[in-house]
Formats: sequence, C-alpha cells, structure tokens
Amino acid sequence: MRAILVLEDGTVFEGESLGAPGHACGEVVFNTGMTGYQEILTDPSYAGQIVTLTYPLVGNYGINADDFESCRVQVEGFIVREAADVPSNWRALQSLHQFLKERQVVGIKGVDTRALTRRLRVRGVMMGTISTEETPEQALARLRTLPGYEGIDFARRVTTEAPYRWVPGARAPIPVGEQEDVPRSPDVRFRVALIDCGVKYNILRNLAALGCETTVYPCTVSAAEILRDNPDGVMLSPGPGDPSQLGYVVDTVRRLVGHKPIMGVCLGNQIVGYAFGARTYKLKFGHRGSNHPVKDLETGRVYITSQNHGYAVDPDGLRDGMEVAHINLNDGTVEGLQHRELPIFTIQYHPEASPGPTDSRYFFSKFVQNMERARR
Amino acid sequence: MPRDTTIQKVLLIGSGPIVIGQAAEFDYAGAQACRALREEGISVVLINSNPATIMTDTEMADRVYIEPLNVEFAERVIARERPDGLLPTLGGQTGLNLATQLSDAGILEKYNVRLLGTPLSAIRQAEDREAFRELMRQIGEPVPESWIVTEEWQLEEPAGAGIWPLIVRPAYTLGGTGGGVAHNPDELYEIARKGLALSMRHQVMVERYLVGWKEIEYEVMRDANDTAITVCNMENLDPMGVHTGDSIVVAPSQTLSDKEYQMLRTASLKIIRALGIEGGCNVQLALDPHSFAYYVIEVNPRVSRSSALASKATGYPIARVSAKIATGLHLDEIENAVTRKTLACFEPALDYCVVKIPRWPFDKFVLADRRISTQMKATGEVMAIDRSFEAALMKAIRSLEVGVYGLSNKTVPQMSDIQLEEAIRVPNDERLWAIAEGFRRGMMLEEIHALSNIDPWFLRKLQHLVSLETRLKLNGKAIARMAARLLQDTRESATPATENTGTEHHLIARLLREAKQAGFSDRTIAEFAEVPELQIRALRKRLEIVPIYKMVDTCAAEFEAATPYYYSCYDREDE
Amino acid sequence: MREGNVKKKILVIGSGPIRIGQGIEFDYCSVHCVWALREAGYEALIINNNPETVSTDFDTSDRLYFDPLTLEDVLNVIDREQPEGVIVQFGGQTAINLARPLHEAGVRIIGSSNESIDLAEDRDRFEKVLRELGIPKPAGRGVVSMEAAEQVAEEIGYPVLVRPSYVLGGRAMEIVYSREELQRYMEYAVDVSPRAPILIDKYILGKEVEVDVICDGRECLLPGIMEHIERAGVHSGDSMAVYPPQSLSPHLIEQIVHSATRLALRLEVRGLLNIQFVVDSQTDTALVLEANPRASRTVPYLSKITGVPMVKIATHIMLGRTLQEQGYRGGLYPDSPSIAVKAPVFSFLKLHRVDINLGPEMKSTGEIMGVDTDYPRALYKAMVASGIDVPTEGSLVATIADPDKPEALPIIQGFAELGFRVFATEGTARFLQEHGIPAQAVKKLHEGEDNIEHLIRSGQISLLLNTLSTNKRIEREAARIRRASVEAGVPCLTSLDTARALLLALSARARGEPFALATVDEYLHAPGSLKGSALHG
Repeated sequence: MRAILVLEDGTVFEGESLGAPGHACGEVVFNTGMTGYQEILTDPSYAGQIVTLTYPLVGNYGINADDFESCRVQVEGFIVREAADVPSNWRALQSLHQFLKERQVVGIKGVDTRALTRRLRVRGVMMGTISTEETPEQALARLRTLPGYEGIDFARRVTTEAPYRWVPGARAPIPVGEQEDVPRSPDVRFRVALIDCGVKYNILRNLAALGCETTVYPCTVSAAEILRDNPDGVMLSPGPGDPSQLGYVVDTVRRLVGHKPIMGVCLGNQIVGYAFGARTYKLKFGHRGSNHPVKDLETGRVYITSQNHGYAVDPDGLRDGMEVAHINLNDGTVEGLQHRELPIFTIQYHPEASPGPTDSRYFFSKFVQNMERARR
Repeated sequence: MPRDTTIQKVLLIGSGPIVIGQAAEFDYAGAQACRALREEGISVVLINSNPATIMTDTEMADRVYIEPLNVEFAERVIARERPDGLLPTLGGQTGLNLATQLSDAGILEKYNVRLLGTPLSAIRQAEDREAFRELMRQIGEPVPESWIVTEEWQLEEPAGAGIWPLIVRPAYTLGGTGGGVAHNPDELYEIARKGLALSMRHQVMVERYLVGWKEIEYEVMRDANDTAITVCNMENLDPMGVHTGDSIVVAPSQTLSDKEYQMLRTASLKIIRALGIEGGCNVQLALDPHSFAYYVIEVNPRVSRSSALASKATGYPIARVSAKIATGLHLDEIENAVTRKTLACFEPALDYCVVKIPRWPFDKFVLADRRISTQMKATGEVMAIDRSFEAALMKAIRSLEVGVYGLSNKTVPQMSDIQLEEAIRVPNDERLWAIAEGFRRGMMLEEIHALSNIDPWFLRKLQHLVSLETRLKLNGKAIARMAARLLQDTRESATPATENTGTEHHLIARLLREAKQAGFSDRTIAEFAEVPELQIRALRKRLEIVPIYKMVDTCAAEFEAATPYYYSCYDREDE
Repeated sequence: MREGNVKKKILVIGSGPIRIGQGIEFDYCSVHCVWALREAGYEALIINNNPETVSTDFDTSDRLYFDPLTLEDVLNVIDREQPEGVIVQFGGQTAINLARPLHEAGVRIIGSSNESIDLAEDRDRFEKVLRELGIPKPAGRGVVSMEAAEQVAEEIGYPVLVRPSYVLGGRAMEIVYSREELQRYMEYAVDVSPRAPILIDKYILGKEVEVDVICDGRECLLPGIMEHIERAGVHSGDSMAVYPPQSLSPHLIEQIVHSATRLALRLEVRGLLNIQFVVDSQTDTALVLEANPRASRTVPYLSKITGVPMVKIATHIMLGRTLQEQGYRGGLYPDSPSIAVKAPVFSFLKLHRVDINLGPEMKSTGEIMGVDTDYPRALYKAMVASGIDVPTEGSLVATIADPDKPEALPIIQGFAELGFRVFATEGTARFLQEHGIPAQAVKKLHEGEDNIEHLIRSGQISLLLNTLSTNKRIEREAARIRRASVEAGVPCLTSLDTARALLLALSARARGEPFALATVDEYLHAPGSLKGSALHG
C-alpha cells in the first residue's frame, strides 16, 4: 500500500505503508543509532514524535519479548528506508511490520531517510504526518490544523496512572497494593522513589540489579508524598516534551533538594537545571543516537553515550552550588550537572542505554553510593 | 594532554612486499601515519623494502630508506638516524615482528628509542595466546577451550578430549598461515605439525571449533587517558571457520540486536582497556546464533586489514588517529578530518550497508585448492557501499573482475545437485554463486542454511535477488520491446499511447527500478533481454532511472561533512 | 588551463582489487596521477573499489567515487560530473580495458587515444606496425585450429610459446616442447577462449628486457632499462630484474632505445608505453614481445631509482605539456649511479597444490627492491628483502636437467668453494663427481625412503637448485620436491641465472664487503660518497 510523509514545510516523501494503515502526526525527528529500534519504539521520550532511523535496514532481528522499554509503543509514527519482511534472530517473535500493525502504529518505508535527515538538519525538526489514505495536499491541510509539539505536556500523558514497584528479580512492574502479598526480597538494599515523566524499564532494571527497589510515582506526585514514604534516594526519569511545561515537577524537586540524594536522567537533568535557576532551550534537531561523545570535565575522559533529547540546559543561570559536570564534544552543550556539596547529580544522556552503549552505567553505582553515604 | 614534544623524529617500519595476508592496506596506513606525524611537526624516517608504495615517496616521509626489513638493516638505520621513537603498529605483522626483534635484541634500548603507542608488553599479551587467555580469565571474558602445543606429544590431550572438530592456529604468523580444521586425530596431527614448523615461536593453539557461530569483529581505539571507542563493527557472512580475510564481510552487523551489539562492544572495550592498547585494535568474537553466549577469539593489537576496511566503510581514518594517539594526543584533541567540525572521539554512524568480498587468485592458479578455511588465500578485496545489502553485494561482485556481473557464473550451472550441495556446505570462493544456483534449482532456504550455517537473513537477501532475476528473465522480451519502442524515436514521449502498452510500460519501469535498486547491472539485465548493454542504459535514462550519489560522512548526515567521498545508489536525493 | 574560476575536471580510473598481475603498483600510479592533476590546477576525481588503498583515502582526490570499475558505473559518474575526459593509463589492465567502450560511448580518453591503445593491444595490428617499422619480433602467428597450430610450430620449431590472443599479462600462457603438449594445450586453451585465435611464437631462450617510454608525440624519454635476471619464459612479474642492465652491449641498448622510440612515436603514445623485449643472444638483437599502452608494474621502481617522476611527467604530457617544457629531453635518461634489483615475492605457503616453479604465467603476489652500489650487493639485498632466508653456508641439493648440466657446473663449483656441502640426484651427482666436485648422491622420490624430499623436510638443506626438465615424469617429481622446499622454508632456485647471481652476492658477503645504507635521495644524488664512506656503517 502506498503511503506518504508530508512535512510542515510542504516537503513530500513517497513510500509504502508499514504497520497499520491510517495517519499519524507528530514532530519528525531522526535517530542515528544502527540498532535498537524496538527500544526506541517503546521509549516514552518519543511521545508526540514520528521517528526516522538514519540506518536504512530496519527490522532485521525482529521484535522480541525482552527489549521493551515500556508496555506500549510510544512513537506516533515510524519512518524507515527498508523494513525486513522476515526477521532473523533467536529471540525474534514477530516482524517489525506485524508488531506495528498489531499495535496500530502507522509507519512508512521506502523513504530516502538520508534526504529526510538532511532536511531536518538544515531546517530543524518540524511537524509532519504519515498517511496511507490522503493526497499530500489533504495531509498537509490536516497537519496545519493540529497543535504543535511545544505546547503539550507530554509527561502527563506518558506517566504512570498509579504508583507501582519494581523489585530486584522482577521482569515487570508490580502495582502498589498488590505488593503487600509479595514477600520482600532479601536483596533489597535501597529504596528509590522515581518521579515518572516517561521512565524506561531499563532504568528500573539497572537499579534492581544494584539491589534497589524502586517505587514509580506519577509525575504529579508531591514532595510531601515522597518524603512520607522515606526513600533512600530520588530518581528523576527521562521523558518527552518541553521541560518548561513541567513547573510542577520542578517545584517538587526544589522541595526534595537537601533531603534526599537525587539523580536526574535526561528530562530529569533539565528539571534539576530549572530547580537550580537554569532554563532550557530547544536544539535545532536534537541529539538522538548511540554515538554522542560526552566529556567528563573532572577526569577528562570521554564516554560514548546514548542520547535522546530535543532540549538542552542553558547553564547561564545555574546557582546554589550546581555546576556543569559533562559537556557534549560535538556542540559543547550541557550533558550533566553536579552539585558541589549535595549528593545531587544529573546527566542529559542515558546511563541505562537500551539502546546504545553501556559505558555510562556507572552512574547507577554512583547514585547507590550517594544513598549509602546519606544513610550514615 | 597535548602532544609529547620530546618526540621530534619517528621511525616508521613498512610492511614490505604484498603477500597473501598483507596487501596494500599498510601502504594506506603508513601514508596516513606519515601525514599525521608530520602535521605535528615530527620528522619521519621510513624503512620499507617495497618501493611501489606511496609511503616511500619522498613527499611522504623526511628520510626514506628502501632497504631490507631485517634487524641488521633496521639497526643501521636507527644508528644513523637516531630517532626518538619507533611506531611499530602500522606496518602490519612484518613491521610489528621487526619492532619486537629490535626490542628483544636490545637495539632500541641501546639507541634510546622509545616505542610509541601500544606498549610491547600489550602486543605480547595480545599475540601470545596463553598470556591472552590468562588476561581474559582475569577480566572474565570467555575464551574457547584450547590447548597450547609446542611439542607433538602434547596433542594427545586435545585429540582425546572428544570435542571435534578442533581448529589449529599457529602463533606469530601472517594471516593465519598454517592453520586448519581437524575432524579426527590424524588430521589434527598433520595440521599441527605444519603449524609448528611455521610458527616463529614453534607454538600452535588447538581450539574448540565453533561450527555455525557468527563471527563478529569490532574495530576499537583507545588513548592514553583510557578513553576508548569503537569505530565500527562488522559481521562475517561466512560463519566461524573461515579466515576473516577470506570471508564476505558486512558493516555494520546486520543480524545483531542492540543487546547483542552492545554486549560485544562492551567486551571489546573491556579488552582494549585490559591490554592497555594505545591506538587501534581489532577484536574478533564468536557469537552463538541461539543464545547470548559468546567467545573472544583473538585480538590484533595493531592497525590491520580489517581496520583499513573499517576506515573506508565508515570514513574514520583509523591509522591517522592511531598515529596521533602515539604522539600523546587524546581522542578528544584530534579533529574528525571528515566533518572537520567534530572530533575523532565519537563512533561513526553509518546510513548505508557495506559489503566486502575477497579477491582470490584462483583464476591464475586453476589447480589450487579452492576451499577456504582458516588460512587466508585471497590476495586482495573489493568493497561496495549502497543503501541496501543486495545492491552493495551486487556492486561488490562486479568489482571483482572475474568475468561475473551478477549471481550467475559459468561453473555452478554445470554442477550436479550433489556437487552443488558440497559447494554450499564447504566454504569456497564460489559459494555465493552456488547458493544462488541452489535457490534457482528450488532448494529451500532452511536447507541451504542447514548446509552452510549462513544466517537466514543473508540467505533471504540472496533469495530475493534470485527471485528478482527470475522476474527479469521472464520479462526479458518485454524489456527489449520497450527499449526498441522508446529508443526508436527519441521525440516520442516516454508516456505510452495505448492502455495496453501503458500497463506494460509501468510494470517494466517499476521492475527496472526495483532491479537497479537491488544492484543488478545493466549488463545482466541486457543479457536477460538479449539486447546490447548500452540499450538498457539508454532505456533507463529515458525512464529517468538514474543513480544518485550519496556521501560517506561518518555521521549519517547529522553534521555537514567536508569530505568528498561518494557512492552511487538508486535512491531519491542526489548530494 | 582554467575557465573562469571553475576548475576543469578529470576522472582517473583506479585499478580495483589487488590480484596476481595487478598489484599495489597501479595504486601508486593512480595516486601520483591525481596529485599531478591537482598540482596542474585540475579537479581530480577518482573511481575505485579497493578499500586497502591510498587512492580510496578520503583526502587523496578532490572527489572519491567508491564504485565498481565497470563501464556502467564509470559512465554514471561521467554523466554526473561531465569531466573533460578520463585517464585510463594508470589503473592497470582494469582501466585500459575500459578505454574502448568508454571511447565508443563518446567519452574523451586523455593521453594516448583509443586508436593508439588498440594498435598496441590488437596482436594483428601490432604485428603489422612492427613489420612496417622493421622492428623484429619472434617468429610466429595466430591460429584457430589444431592443424594450423601444428603446422606453425613445425615451421618455427619447438619449443614454442603459446597463448590466447585476447589476454595480455600472461594468462594461460605456456611453453610447449612437443606436438603432444601442443595438442593438450589446444584442448585446454579452446576452453579458455572459444573464438579468439591462439598465438604461437618461437620461444627464445634469452634474456628479457623491459622499458617504459614516456612520449609526448615528438620525443620519447626512457627513464631506464630493466634487464631480467631469469631467462625468457618466466613471466616478467615473477622474474628478478636489475637496473641498469648488467650484461647488455651498448649496441643492444642503442637498438632497444631506437626501437622503443620509433614504436612509441608510431603508436602516437601520449603518456606511457611499456615494451618487453627478448634478447636473441645469437644475433645480439632485441625482439619485441609485447607492448602495453599504459603504466606498467615497473613504473614505481624506475621512478624511485632514477628520480624521474614518471607518472607526473606522463600526466602533464596528457594535459598538453611537452617533455621539453618539463625540463626533460628525449632518449635514455643517464644511468643512476646505484644499482637496483627488483625481486618477486610469492605466497606459495598459503596455496596448496600450486606448483612453485616459474613459467610464463605470473605467480608472485608482490615485489620488493634491493639497492646498493654494485650488482651483487643489490641482488643480495633483494633476496633478503624478498624473504629468502639466504644461506651463507650449509648444504645445497642440486637436481639439474641434462641440457643445463654444463652451465650449472661452475655455479655449483662456486657454492662448493664457499663451503657448501653438495647433494645431488644420481645423474647430477655423477656428472659433478666426474668434473671434480664432491657431491653426495640422494635417492629420487620413487627410489624409496631417505629420498630427496625427506632430506629437504629433515631441515638439513639450506638451498635447492632445480632446473626444469622437459620430461613429464621427472617434472612431476620435481614439483613435489619444490613443494617440499616451500613447506620446509628452503629457498628454491629454478633458474641458473638466479643461482649465479646469488653466488656472486654470497661471495661478496663472504669477502666481508660492506653494504651501503642510504636514503632514496642519497642513492640518487651522492653516489660517490656512498662507497667506503661512513654510510657503510
């Protein structure tokens, strides 16, 4: 079946339908990672976005049961050059097409994704729509009636409705309430409160691997509620959308500062940035991929990181002891913050990887150490 | 850290003559190194016995010696030139061996020459298999069951272990000279004897042979500040058992999920750090196609053929960056010469598929044993880049210059079914064509997979090409008709007059575009249509099916690139 | 040279994968051509598909096209770039083979025209040119049937050199000694090229000589002459060669220069032409074997040892400059004060079932060069550099064909005088003993245990001297013996010329004569100071 991709600026790409028929609309962004499409599709940070992969051969290893980063597909739409009809991998359960179709996700294949990427690089990310049933003119007209990306609080859309727990040894979340029947694992060394703006399961898995039981709260949770539960530390999750929409989370964080060790990831970095006086700005085409070099300003060492963000922290307003600790080597943007005294640090990229390099996993250990110290 | 200014003059050792296992890649590496060093204001002294190289041009190095590559002459060059440092890792195994000999003979110490880049101890640890295994055990990286054999009687243990087949690899040789796969004690003794005779150390390794496991390579870089990156990973189409120099290789890997990719990447970085390599290094791993189990196979602690391939496949100049690292620079202090905007400290993102096919000398040595295994036989290789695996493969095939322009050759159609199965089962230079012929004769994909152990993903691509070939053959006459009609009168519009011809027109135009996107050559299509090649070309142009060119930019278009490095493809946007 | 600010573009065709017969030399040539073009103010584009090379490095050319070297792919690049023209002289046979189809597709070939290339490559047309110029060639002609083949062979007399007409570079070439062998060859060769004729030439047992000519249409510069150390019949790429020639008479050199010059002018070469001669020692004439209208394998060697930047000069000629404008004159360039020996390197260890004996089919994968102030020393360096574990003492085993025995005598004698212990197969041993050389007989293969193969494999032998026999049974055994020598790492010499040269080198070493050590520039410019100077370390 024929499908089209129409961008806000009127550019039209023709291709064939992938996944479900119909239409999808969102901010069109590109990711340069060469593997990890299943993780990308299910990463809540892509809410409201149509993702294109620059690597042309997608779906080669299919979809498996383990590599979900949330319980649903989060992208609005998916754009690829070529999708493998039949996957080849020992864990594969279904093909990319079957999966997208089953989950009602509209995609398009056969697109010159490099041309698309170049356009986004030059003009910046913009809204776009995939359609299997409209003419380009119809699709563009529809696109123009829809709201843009910036004005929406996507965190509230993707956050959990009710708190849940992730305990060491678990493969899936356990709703709070049912938990009382579950015997507490002797492996639990720390209890973490996670404010969910769009968490990826691999953060929970990594924490669990280090002996942390994590309670995941909706992003609207209050500081008082968290302090009442008295966790060892607070984790701010990644998430989609414009951080300037999230004043209420920033407020929560301000109230937690000084009480608990805090680690912020991605959107969490931006929220902590706001809490310490900084603002954020939108990047022209964001950082999305598995190959971004980040320098640790303290050691001078460089790490290859997994990234997915469209906004960056402007360090100018930073105050109250918060400092820039990591920078991106490609464009010099802020990639992490560290408080001079308090056990608070944040990173703009993804220590949980999934997809991407696992070089930065050590941050979870650092967080655990902070919690350990705070206990003493 | 800025570059070490105590290094003013550096000796580079070339790789000598082209032999199987050591081709032009070290001229490429040496030439890059010369430039990289001179950019830093370092004077370069070069010794190589092969003058048919760019690196031995007086434009490339300050002092060029075309003298034999042995200790005697190298010592005299050192005595005369008194270099501050010696960069041993860019001249292939020849250069590395000579550097080792110079060090062992006390010559480097005598003349106060420092070894730059990777320390010799790390090279030894990587090349001495027992030391390497010990290190792997220490850092918890798995290595296959194996035995070190220096005397024939030591073969008793592996011969009695009952884990056939076993693979025999001699230590300290070029391109795996003298290795082989043994299926029984007799073969084991025969192969091991030869290997012992050939090893510089009189040492061979007998190892569990991982039948059907995927062979994956990572090209990794590390600097003195312990920053380590992977430049590229590559997947061998031929599973374990075929020397990587004799394998069809694709970049990046195609059948690995992100979890597998990252698991092996993490292992590779762990290894380069444990060895303390400063520069480039190649890590070969075997991955079980049915689980997350993997083994570390070997490490090349230097710039290699694989790194030349990885450099061209990604645009990342490994030799150049290795040379810079050897002068003390850190990865984040070296410019990415391709984008000139970013730094050498990043991992290239590919937005295309690369296929390498070895070039074997069997056209000259018609009587030679054409089977390929752990002992490299190819003299050279070709590489092709395209947006799909199919097209990259087809382009690589016609780059070989063996009189073959697609998936048919002269010999496989002559084979009996039994011979064909054998040619699919036992790796040989014609296996690719034998597989295509197998599909033509109606063999099932599963059957071919069972015979060859080649991943079904690759086989499906070959099957796709064969089915396209069938459609082209079936439509050969229609293609010829259309060519005749459209080319007869150049004024006639490319849109057809009647409805009947209209349908045919659109179908054929679509088929041609599909065929070109899959890499079929005009010549092959012309054979099916029984028209001259140039008629297909003219027809294509009439139908506006023309290639466009895309850039190799190391970053999948994320940044604007300055380097003019292009490949053709039948995609939409021309750059 | 420029139109406005837009540089003119020229496309250079690369040489593809490294293979036997087409090695790294052509990448060297392609890169130098690109450099010369850029220096001359052109935009230099290159197309190649070999990832191992400098030519495919991202900063070698103005634009690199990583694509196949077929007509289709090259035309596609031309369609896009619309270059002034295409240079095909530097990418070996790969590039030159594209000259005609590109020309027919309307592409301008820069340098020697398609017509000129065809004249040199088409055997019939080439022979006509030779006849017209009165330049001698070995007797022989093309045939299409067995009957005609026999007839020609009878006419010119065995042995004959047979090969298919359409391939150059020694593919499927063979020396044939008898009618039976000719029959066998014809059956095999017909398989190789169904419609093309088979060429049958008189096989001349003489030295081959190779020259590269740089021609601007008016004058011809010959940077140097390379004389092969092995006699004709060994492919030029497998033969050791020396520059400048060591045994050619001034008369012969003059003849070679004269013939080469006239031939290049007649072929209207613009750029490079490689000519191979064989010297008929009986008449002291140089006969033309073949001409290649392109840069040859020897270009980088000669460029480095003579200091003449051959590719650069040739490229400038293609762009319209003359030799004179570049500061060169026609004729043979003055000999360099140093001697260079080019030696082949083989990879036989890697290839099972390949016989290592050398013949008209090329088998080496690479080459090296030894340079010094005299011939024996340069030869010694070449041997060492080519990986031969040159023995200075030990045991030698000789198995010499009857016709070669007299010639082998003084050579073996020389080795014996250097202290080598001599083993030989029975016939050879008897012959040597009769002539006063103490030789110990060893058993042939079929004579049972403790035979020559065992001796070689036992590690007691440091050198094997084996000349080829025309007797098939002996040859089959000899092939096994040579294979054993490869596997045992024992150097094997199949040509008496090489053996003689090695003897010279070893004698020099035995006398304790020092070897030079100098940079490429010093070998060119300061020859006087090399002898007996500090350079000898």
